[in-house]
Amino acid sequence: MSMSEVSQVVGRRKIVIDPVTRVEGHGKVTIRLNEAGEVEQARFHIVEFRGFERFIQGRMYWEVPVIVQRLCGICPVSHHLGAGKAIDMIAGVDKLTPTAEKMRRLMHYGQVLQSNALNFFHLASPDLLLGFEAPVPQRNIIGVIEAFPEVGKWAIFIRKFGQQVIAATGGRRIHPRLCVPGGVNQNLTIEHRDALRKDIDQITGWCSDALELYKSFVHSHQKLHETFASFPSSYMSIVGADGGMDLYDGNLRAIDAAGVPIFENVRPVEYADYLIEEVRSWSYMKFPHIRSLGRENGWYRVGPLAQLNCCSHISTPIAEAARQEFMIQGTGGLVHSTLAYHWARIICMIHCAEIIKELLFDNDLQGTDLQTVGVRRDRGVSIIEAPRGTLIHDYTVDADDQVTRANLIVSTTNNNEAMNRSVKQVAIEYLTGQEITEGLLNHIEVAIRAYDPCLSCATHALGDMPLIVTLEDAEGTVIATRVKQ
Amino acid sequence: MITPRILILGYGNPGRQDDGLGPAAAAEIEGLGWPNLTVYDNYQLNIEDAMDVATHDQVWFVDASKSGPSPYEVHELAPAERIGFTSHIVGPESILAIARQYFGRSPQAFLLAIRGYEFEFIEALTPAARSNLREAMAMLTARISIACESPVS
Repeated sequence: MSMSEVSQVVGRRKIVIDPVTRVEGHGKVTIRLNEAGEVEQARFHIVEFRGFERFIQGRMYWEVPVIVQRLCGICPVSHHLGAGKAIDMIAGVDKLTPTAEKMRRLMHYGQVLQSNALNFFHLASPDLLLGFEAPVPQRNIIGVIEAFPEVGKWAIFIRKFGQQVIAATGGRRIHPRLCVPGGVNQNLTIEHRDALRKDIDQITGWCSDALELYKSFVHSHQKLHETFASFPSSYMSIVGADGGMDLYDGNLRAIDAAGVPIFENVRPVEYADYLIEEVRSWSYMKFPHIRSLGRENGWYRVGPLAQLNCCSHISTPIAEAARQEFMIQGTGGLVHSTLAYHWARIICMIHCAEIIKELLFDNDLQGTDLQTVGVRRDRGVSIIEAPRGTLIHDYTVDADDQVTRANLIVSTTNNNEAMNRSVKQVAIEYLTGQEITEGLLNHIEVAIRAYDPCLSCATHALGDMPLIVTLEDAEGTVIATRVKQ
Repeated sequence: MITPRILILGYGNPGRQDDGLGPAAAAEIEGLGWPNLTVYDNYQLNIEDAMDVATHDQVWFVDASKSGPSPYEVHELAPAERIGFTSHIVGPESILAIARQYFGRSPQAFLLAIRGYEFEFIEALTPAARSNLREAMAMLTARISIACESPVS
């Protein structure tokens, strides 16, 4: 059996599929039925360690931007920059030199570009271009390359370009090091600048081509696109001082489902006045929500869809035109479609490519004034928009410069409640009887992929399983379990 | 006659104890300084690794294993594409499949799975994992040495 091994026990029906895979952290979905056999509740659990905050405690604060890269194999740069901004604050620096600020921005936009490209091309495009119902053996990026040969080229070369931006700014392709307290440790060499300039127009063009491809999917699947795993929600992201999209720096803005601001202009250091993190017994993940709205109503979504919904405009022309067309989907309001995460993700890719081009033609990147000093503080807080959404780093240090407290709210944690709701929507629509069908499993995966959750992504040893779906009756007795790699 | 180009891809997280076996192996192999040997390490595999894979004649993916035999095991790999539910999962078979499909070349490839035991937030291998690494490196060094002496035509 190629994807899964199935065993069944009929009576109380039980389905078990044993996987062989290589990721330590795995996602677990539990669907609870009520006494009438209807879907009552769905939970997406992520088996995640909480220990990383303790892992940071005791470290010297200037080491943190390097250490936190260990948190995630996909987003080490986001954590590096998030921690870098927080330690600026500890170093008493509120404004970087133009060279330092722009070097960090270049790295960040390179990271978002390549990470979004991975999600869209590797995860989303097989579902969207080949169809949710396409046979699993074909529904992957190889199937996409066979059916759309150009798409494979875009995927690999956009990723590669993003990695080159990271290497050019961080000194190396992996484990890059750029941030130091109050600045950066290098500028952009002419050689790197010219190499990146050579490719950037092509990269922007491929991102735009990807957008056209995505829109062709939307036009042929209008209803599916609007309704799949979708619901109205609040959104949160940082925006720039003028309300426009800014993925690197800004203040928090949260809006309700109608687009009315819940809060605006919240500085990173004030985040805990507006957000509260709730712990629930059944999950290792925290459930952050907006204080003023309470636990039931205060949840929100982050990520590319939120970045588009929260901003008033995008500063770069191609992405702004794409944003305006995107927002029309919301018929005057916000766009709530969960699949629109992918659409928004591509618009962010275009914006990143445009920003990278602007920066590559900015001579400040060859400046030599790299670092600023200030009067040391005992706390540093930062917020950036990582590829999957709002990422908060918060550190307190003692008189010996050691971190005594760390609090990180990662994007996936911010989307925790929303992912549960999307899975529930899918379960209501696609669960028939008491069997976890391949179709149900596929659709649950499609919903989760829209958010592209970060699992226990800090470790990836061989020998565990990625997605387990369990169906329970009203008493909590397991009716069926299915595992898919 | 050309000496084969060999690529070592060691992946895992050195900040999570024995999950760092892959990068540790990469560091040891890199220390050999042999020509025709390319060594990369990373937290995890990514689709663009297919570009590097396609330009080599033999590839070794080196990872930690949570439940395999000690001290290590070796599997020869074949291209096979899968899709997960998050971009945090890309397997070596997928990398080979992309290399074959897009770059027209899938080299001989092996997975070296070195057994690890502890995966907490500690930046050091356990003594048992370090011992497994030593044995794995002895084997890998010998295999690479033999491969280097078997020129491709």
